[in-house]
Amino acid sequence: MGCDNIINTFAPCLSSSLGVPIEIANFIGIFLGVIIVASFPLLVAIALIWTERKFAARIQDRLGPNRVGVFGLLQPFADVIKLLGKEDITPAGADRPIYNAAPVVSVVSVLLIWAVIPFTPIHVGVDLSIGALYFLAVASLGTLAIILAAWASNNKYALLGAFRVVAQLISYEVPLALALLVPVMIAGSMSLVSIVEAQAGMWFVVSAPIAAFLFFISAQAETGRAPFDLLEAESELVAGYNIEYSGMKFAMFFAGEFMHVFTNAVLMAVLFMGGYLGPFVDQIPMLGLVYLLIKASFWYLLSLLMRNALPRIRIDQLMLFNWLFLVPLSVVNLLVTALLLMIVREVGLAPDDPRSFVDNIPQTIVLFLGNAALFVVVMSMVRNRFRAQRLAETQTDDLLPATAGD
Amino acid sequence: MTFNELSWEALAFGAFTILTLGGALGVVFNRNLVRGAVWLVVSLFGVAGFFVLLSAPFLAAVQVLVYIGAIGILFTFAVMLTRSMTNLSERFNKQAWLSALAAVTLFLLILLAVIAPIFGEIAAPSSEVVATTEDLGVALVSGDKFVLPFEVASLLLTAAMIGAIVIAREED
Amino acid sequence: MALQQFAPIAALIILAVVLTFIISNISTIFGPSNNTSRKTAPYESGMQPIGVGMRRMPVKFYLIGVLFILFDIEVIFFLPWAVVFRDLGFYGLAVMGLFFFILTIGLIYEWKKGALEWE
Repeated sequence: MGCDNIINTFAPCLSSSLGVPIEIANFIGIFLGVIIVASFPLLVAIALIWTERKFAARIQDRLGPNRVGVFGLLQPFADVIKLLGKEDITPAGADRPIYNAAPVVSVVSVLLIWAVIPFTPIHVGVDLSIGALYFLAVASLGTLAIILAAWASNNKYALLGAFRVVAQLISYEVPLALALLVPVMIAGSMSLVSIVEAQAGMWFVVSAPIAAFLFFISAQAETGRAPFDLLEAESELVAGYNIEYSGMKFAMFFAGEFMHVFTNAVLMAVLFMGGYLGPFVDQIPMLGLVYLLIKASFWYLLSLLMRNALPRIRIDQLMLFNWLFLVPLSVVNLLVTALLLMIVREVGLAPDDPRSFVDNIPQTIVLFLGNAALFVVVMSMVRNRFRAQRLAETQTDDLLPATAGD
Repeated sequence: MTFNELSWEALAFGAFTILTLGGALGVVFNRNLVRGAVWLVVSLFGVAGFFVLLSAPFLAAVQVLVYIGAIGILFTFAVMLTRSMTNLSERFNKQAWLSALAAVTLFLLILLAVIAPIFGEIAAPSSEVVATTEDLGVALVSGDKFVLPFEVASLLLTAAMIGAIVIAREED
Repeated sequence: MALQQFAPIAALIILAVVLTFIISNISTIFGPSNNTSRKTAPYESGMQPIGVGMRRMPVKFYLIGVLFILFDIEVIFFLPWAVVFRDLGFYGLAVMGLFFFILTIGLIYEWKKGALEWE
């Protein structure tokens, strides 16, 4: 057995070359893999803080961090060291066990997602057959952490913020899950590796653009970033659910949020842009990681742009946007995609070889046109509705000056 | 199956049992209702572990998604709607004896149902009967299996929704 | 089978919990700790806090929670279908459509009753 591929053949190699019992070798292999999977997002988060601050600064016509190290690259480390030396305050009347457990749950819920993400063709934490559902299940734990953190810190503003944000998070979980179903449907499997492999012929972002849009929007809402940043509406709620946290416990929520944003970008790349797929990946598997990170960076920067360019929306708009626009659209999109896929199969346009680009063209054209038609129909419905609303408003506006003038 | 694998499984089974039973005891004996909800989540997590041990990863994930991620939050919400959520004055209400009797009877019945088959003919271990997610998908919509319960489930859910609105709206 | 697949996840859960617990409590070791009653009081931008912080919740959020459960369960039912929907054909699609249609009635009812609006 060749020992060139470290992760997958690590345990057999260790036992064959060093004579270590296979069970212990397996255990060491799992342990090392787990440490890599757990520490990778944590390390990435440190780099992300710098990227995010520089990006926001450029949009706001500032320089951003530029004092510590070249281009301020060491700034996040300075911040972490500063946070280490901060006083850890537990507010009076806090529910201590829950107060201490909440930041842990918040970070763990994000870290656990990384267990199923395929980094390269051969480096996958665990290729679960229910990968997509596992992601949904694990991500839903973060919501619980937020409400418990707010309640345990014995602060009215924290609790008010948490009520809002939990309502937001659970609401946007619905279109997120429904959009996730579309790649599952096209690939015919819930395993993330199978979903990536199914995109060898065509990326799903082309054949299911509406699902990609829905997933991106609701993932942004799940992270609680602007324009969905009701949880830290500074002018109303002081700082939101984590107001009473200080020191590293606050940093845990902060790191969790940063990792969540990047995790969502990675998931966008995996679900809709072919994950690790790219030229020469079969020969050099580690290239897959590079492709994955490049694709994820695209979605990450798009989400940063969205955060910095758009104003915050009100909670009633937030709820109506979700329940009356995103949720119906995502279900109709799901049913339409299923219908189209079945028609494609009945007619005989389904690709003979799913991995070939040419074979995928007919199915992709049908799906894309279906998505475009749905987009046009929905947008004209939205347009008519808001035009009627505007007309009604302008009519009342015309009356107002007359009454006010009198 | 080697002894090693079996002992790991036994260890995991023990851990999940402690989580499930310990969490359940925490729910029952806690005067603080929010902490009770947290213990409930712990207990439900243990049940998810049992599903994994029974080779039903789909149900395990559903257990986490629906029971911890959704019901757990709804429970927390419901607890936060009550007045004296952190300090219940009475641990037992008037029907305590009646409910204890019902619970013990139910427990004995379940125990009987679990133990009785052991003395009879030994059936195939449940872990060998592996139903995949695909089987579930087929069973849910096929006419001779679960299509009617499946559609009735949606009616039940809608009824629950309408009921919640009616109850909540009365307070305004 | 399942146990082998989930063993790394169990290891990851344990490792992540231990690691984050240690990290989140490091600043109790390195940081100062001179708590005063002013410092541990609930932070309300300098105002005197009135009443307890652990408040009751508006019932509106509970309704959102119920609506969420409705659709969460819908997603659960959609998932196994989505994996095999090609083999189930138009009949399976019709069954799912009906399932969704009934839930939509609940959503429309909630919307018309004004449960989604914030006055």
